Amino acid sequence: MSDVLAVVDHRRGQLRDISFELISAGADLAADLGGSLHVAVISGDVEKFATELDREGVDTVYTVAHGEEFNHDVYVQAIEALFDELAPTAILMPNSVNGLDYAPAVANRLSLPLVTDAIGISYNETLSVAREMYGSKVETTVDVATEPFAVTIRGAEWPQAKGNGSAPVEPFEVSIDESAVRSTVTGFEEVGGGDVDITDADILVSVGRGIEDEENIELIEELAAALGATLSSSRPIVDNGWLPKNRQVGQSGKVVTPDIYLAVGISGAVQHVAGMKGSDTIIAINTDPNAPIFDIADYGIVGDLFDVVPVLIDEFSS
Amino acid sequence: MMKVLVTVKEVAEVEEDFVLDGTRIDDRFLEYDLNEWDDYAIETAVQLAEAGDDVEVVSATIGPERCEETIRMALAKGVDRGIRVWDDTLASVDLLDVNAKTEIFNAIIAEEEPDLILTGVQAHDDSFGATGVSVADAAGYEWAAVVNALDLDADAGVAHVRRELEGGVEELTDVELPAVLTIQTGINEPRYASLRGIRMAQRKEIAQQTLDDLGLDEGAVESQITLTDMYEPESESDVELFEGDADAAAASLASVLREKGVGAQ
Repeated sequence: MSDVLAVVDHRRGQLRDISFELISAGADLAADLGGSLHVAVISGDVEKFATELDREGVDTVYTVAHGEEFNHDVYVQAIEALFDELAPTAILMPNSVNGLDYAPAVANRLSLPLVTDAIGISYNETLSVAREMYGSKVETTVDVATEPFAVTIRGAEWPQAKGNGSAPVEPFEVSIDESAVRSTVTGFEEVGGGDVDITDADILVSVGRGIEDEENIELIEELAAALGATLSSSRPIVDNGWLPKNRQVGQSGKVVTPDIYLAVGISGAVQHVAGMKGSDTIIAINTDPNAPIFDIADYGIVGDLFDVVPVLIDEFSS
Repeated sequence: MMKVLVTVKEVAEVEEDFVLDGTRIDDRFLEYDLNEWDDYAIETAVQLAEAGDDVEVVSATIGPERCEETIRMALAKGVDRGIRVWDDTLASVDLLDVNAKTEIFNAIIAEEEPDLILTGVQAHDDSFGATGVSVADAAGYEWAAVVNALDLDADAGVAHVRRELEGGVEELTDVELPAVLTIQTGINEPRYASLRGIRMAQRKEIAQQTLDDLGLDEGAVESQITLTDMYEPESESDVELFEGDADAAAASLASVLREKGVGAQ
């Protein structure tokens, strides 16, 4: 009993990237534990998924065929059954929106300690997990005293597992108690359509919380116009209803890769960075020199946007 | 009669400049406030109460006396009464893990028997994002995480919700009641407390409970998880900062932008 069970993520017929990151994290941990890596895929076209999941480091792929889409009640029951069968030391799950919808229930059901949103995992007689606190201002190490344990991992922190494995595929029969399935997915909807597609823009001027007030958005609109850029934003601006959802950059908004991304008053929370880190040139204007946006920016001004932006507008309006 | 329980947390925000003291940040660098996500959960509950005939909204928190202010603010916004759990045992726990919080809230749920439980997706400080779903499973409630729209049909016993998935996709889901919903920011516009609300909140009850009151012993909150290190992340930054006053810095930035073809007609 020193194995790792990694549960992968898929949506609408596609495995999500984090599935292959879970394999990398799981293979490392299994090596530290001296055990095997079992990968489980639940619901959807599990046979197709199993073929794609057979990468380096995977010892067995378990498939649980039940329904098409994610349902947390099905996931919890399936993982509970897999846990009983395999008795792993670790269950690794994604810290995705769906991961957050079942991992805590799995941990509760199996009475496992749970550490979420891991950015690093190491095992040396006990488990140590690196994770952030206070909106990325500090990193912490948490140690877990007992085994087995459950961990969810943050996306894009581990490399995606490559290569071809030779893992056997084991169809795993679970008799799902349908009376315990008390939620039903009735559909999906793409949001944030509309007049502007920020993913098409060569230059984005993106506004964040630092703008303070709805009436100040106009200033950034003016800047975007002067630069011939498209206006986008971070989440709080959309949450406040100051700009429509189709302008939102980030994990729950759009992923953009413009030539130039000018972040104005954006601190650079991890969810935002996930949506724009692929931009060619990143420029940040922010009052806080420790803002994480400066970690990924190529150029920056530590200063008040209300002082800097008007000068920039002047520079490009004359 | 419908009862809505909102579990809330007072969280600390770290100031721009701070000093680490082992695995803690000293109080003088921290500013306490209601967790942002929970503010949206409170607003959701208060709107349900305003729309319904007979809806009671109860708010529960785990925290020291300082948190009364936060609970009082929820009361001022329209929550009917509050529960605050704290005692010496809790004060001595370094990191209250998900299992411990689950035990506490589960005991409150057993007492209150709410039809609907709302809480924020995650707390700003430790960002575990796990309490709501864990509590749901422990209490035998159905649940949905990361909800950004709610249409409650209490008569049919169903919550029609939207879950905000990654990449601008929303999942439409029907959730049977009783249920726990974890509320995402942006679901509504949290109100500010009115002066009248603040006055009325002074007369509302905040019940103080200890673990003993809830029928729990020390073992229930014994954490299997310990915080062993805290450090400032190493900056991987190779940013080129434009120095000088706003005019000079903006002029330097403008010339870089021009080099990259911005503004060329």
